[in-house]
Amino acid sequence: LRSGKSMESKRIKFVINGQSVEIQVKPWRTLLEMIREDLKLTGTKEGCGHGECGSCTVIMGGKTVNSCLVPALEADGQEIMTIEGLSKGRGLNPIQEAFVERSGMQCGFCTPGMIVSAKALLDRILTPVKRRLGRPWQATFAGARATRKSSNPSEQPQRRCGKRSRVWMSSL
Amino acid sequence: MDEFSVIGKRIPRIDGRVKVTGEAKYAADYELPGMLWCKMLRAPYAHARILNIDASPAQRLSGVKGVLTGKDFNGWRWGWMPKTRDEAPLAEDKVRYLAEAVAAVVAVDEDTAEEAAELIKVEYAELPGVFEPEDAMKEGAPRIHDHLENNLSWEFHMDFGNVEKAFQESHLVREDRFQTGRVITGYLEPPAGVAVWDSSGITLWAAKQSPYFVYRHLASCFDLPLNKVRIIQPFIGGGFGGTKNDSLAGDFCACLFSRMTGKPVKFVYSMEEVLMTCRRRHNMIVHNKMGMRKDGTITAMHSRVIADGGAYTAIGPLTMYLTGCMSTLPYRLPNFRHDAYRVFTNNPIGAAMRGHGVTHTRFAAEIQMEMMAGELGLDPVEVRLGNAVTAPHETINKVTVQSCGLKEGLKTLADTPNWKERDKMRAGKGSTRHGVGLSGTAYLGGARQRGHQSCAAVIRLCEDGSVDYLTGATDCGQGSDTVLVQIIAEELGLRVEDIDIKRVDTALTPCDAGSYGSRVTVLAGEAAQKAALDVKTQLAMFAAQKWEADPEDIVFKNGRVYVKGSSEHAMPFQKLAQIACYSGAGAVIVGKGYSQYGVELLDFDRGVGNSGTSYSFTSQLSEVDVDMETGIVKCTNMIIAHDCGKPLNPINVEAQNQGAAVQGLGQALYEEFKMDRGKTLNSNLIDYKMPLSTDSPQIQVIDVITDDPFGPYGAKEASEGAIVSSPPSIISAIHHATGIWFKEQPVTPEKIVMALKQSNTTS
Repeated sequence: LRSGKSMESKRIKFVINGQSVEIQVKPWRTLLEMIREDLKLTGTKEGCGHGECGSCTVIMGGKTVNSCLVPALEADGQEIMTIEGLSKGRGLNPIQEAFVERSGMQCGFCTPGMIVSAKALLDRILTPVKRRLGRPWQATFAGARATRKSSNPSEQPQRRCGKRSRVWMSSL
Repeated sequence: MDEFSVIGKRIPRIDGRVKVTGEAKYAADYELPGMLWCKMLRAPYAHARILNIDASPAQRLSGVKGVLTGKDFNGWRWGWMPKTRDEAPLAEDKVRYLAEAVAAVVAVDEDTAEEAAELIKVEYAELPGVFEPEDAMKEGAPRIHDHLENNLSWEFHMDFGNVEKAFQESHLVREDRFQTGRVITGYLEPPAGVAVWDSSGITLWAAKQSPYFVYRHLASCFDLPLNKVRIIQPFIGGGFGGTKNDSLAGDFCACLFSRMTGKPVKFVYSMEEVLMTCRRRHNMIVHNKMGMRKDGTITAMHSRVIADGGAYTAIGPLTMYLTGCMSTLPYRLPNFRHDAYRVFTNNPIGAAMRGHGVTHTRFAAEIQMEMMAGELGLDPVEVRLGNAVTAPHETINKVTVQSCGLKEGLKTLADTPNWKERDKMRAGKGSTRHGVGLSGTAYLGGARQRGHQSCAAVIRLCEDGSVDYLTGATDCGQGSDTVLVQIIAEELGLRVEDIDIKRVDTALTPCDAGSYGSRVTVLAGEAAQKAALDVKTQLAMFAAQKWEADPEDIVFKNGRVYVKGSSEHAMPFQKLAQIACYSGAGAVIVGKGYSQYGVELLDFDRGVGNSGTSYSFTSQLSEVDVDMETGIVKCTNMIIAHDCGKPLNPINVEAQNQGAAVQGLGQALYEEFKMDRGKTLNSNLIDYKMPLSTDSPQIQVIDVITDDPFGPYGAKEASEGAIVSSPPSIISAIHHATGIWFKEQPVTPEKIVMALKQSNTTS
């Protein structure tokens, strides 16, 4: 049935990484499939496909979502940011810089999801306490599995972004 | 002044930037024009004969371009050893585990392929299955492979000294039954690949931590010369052994579909397919018997191991070997007997995983040793120190240790307030009790399998002084690319950014056995060092010629080349590169090197000899809070004192230890496949509980520095030791908190509550 032509696709409009997009999507398509396959933004990954691992995290309407669980149709009228939207040209976002400096990744598969989660958190709270840092990353296994390192760079962006938040937020 | 400029420094990973921007491409990120999608049809029975397959309804669906079944592979089988080749790309005569692939479809898109796969009609005759290894060994158990009466996949025996006599002469002898859980490797990137088969042969972009296995499998399956099989490595989203060290139904089917259709073909497994069908760690029952003198000296050990091998052999014989050959470390063992049985069942296949084989038997021996120390009223640290080996050491089965930091590691941990004050801290808060436990373990590095063991490097100098580095060794996330580049930079007196490591490509890079057995830094590192020395020797000739100096006196340091002790004879490295590359009609400066450590062959049948070039030693302290009412355990702290020789990149060493320790934490406390007659009930990451970032404790890593002669710059392994040391230290900590020894992993809250109830009743 999924390949059937009977279910109609719909035209939606949204802004992703600062660019306006208008696209025809099938009703069963997930936001993740649309981002990866239609828009070719492959920095966002599919890990578990059940909204548990956090590899597919993107920011939609200011909040992080597991894009593997969100119907693509819900993107209509929204503003979305993926990992590709965090840096401009050769420059890196301070969170990304901190991850690089502290080797805060291993295989790197869930790293985009972790960085996007950190960005959404720091956009809301400029100096989060450590206790609260666990939560946005709770869904990212890599926080535990790949490396504990990733909790170290968080200390850095929280300090750094606290000071420079205006700069990097306005640069988005 | 520091002897080294790059080695031993906390240099950030060279793949950091591409990984934080999303630029790094993994297998599922590749696509090619005109690409088709491949999907598997999987069996609904754990054990059934295939009577008939009718693919016509699938073929009639619009958009479907082809269907494959087992017969299309002409009876080809693969396996780790010539005599264990028992696995087919698609099941042919019968299925031996639930969700084994029986057919594949290729179609214009993923949705169509998935829908078509469901339209294939397969007639099965269900057979009685067997799901527990001990049941499968019984007489009259269902036969999984027709030629095998007792479902015995592999057996391995070792017998050294006189175990029976030693037991008779021991002050204390103890026998226990231990069990390790059914766990998955736990990578987050499901296997994927894109295959093209055109006139130049097969090209496959696939998620493989050891691509040269697949390279040989594809050549053999399709009868192609190796120069017609090209595996190009994307970035790899974790491996941890097993599945990504091997081939998959998807690899074979995508290649054959590409030949049939003339189009590129892609497949991506779902996480459900991973958890239901991919290779997992063998779960093992270990019957362990240990003898001890009054003073805690271990006199003898006899281990009887029964492993659930699942439906096929895969790399199982090596697993069984490793359960025994490493039992003689890290404690002196004068008498040792080992009987290991790998048994076929109708479960998914058991294979290699980080801490391969060793984690099971070391867990049993560590816990039993502590139990016996307790019975004898001895201090567990003293018992460990009394039995620990010191370098140099040769075990009873001729495993040779050249460097060993175990005693130093144990003493370091025993000296911490965490250990010294542990009894004072035990009371905890409210209903919790605090426990502290220790372990001391060993793991091999630079592993060799039975046969082929090549590990080589090629370095090509560019005229501007930049360097191309070709290696067949794969970085599947552990950070080896960074370490290998550091080695070359160090030797040539350059910066890491001057060296470019190319992705593994079997058409270009030298053959490499793979990323397993903690072999990359040790073996590929040696090869890289030799290749760099080769380049240096060639360049030194040009410099010596120019300055009329002895080539031996030419020094490469900090981007400059100079004659030792002379300030006037110096030039930038770049200048020398130019002189060399422009000499005559253009000299080609290419350096080559290959590893020569560990070339002696071990006796695989008797368990004699070195299975690695060197051995790491891990001492670990773990702390837990156990809620005595709910049984919930929270691991609060870990300190790992790890001897990896010389740490070439301390950040990477820390990260590897921390990652392995958390993976071990998952196995000790949370992770377990729930099985029902061959069906994996928790085949998703919601119900299969890997630790989250909030579950992981603080982990401090202390480098115990030694200098091993069989490793570049004295380095040893740093990726698997801590997955062996983690579970026993945690379980020992739970014992300290509760007074109960748990012998089966994972130690769930349910088991703790039940055991506490029982102990309350009996006391």
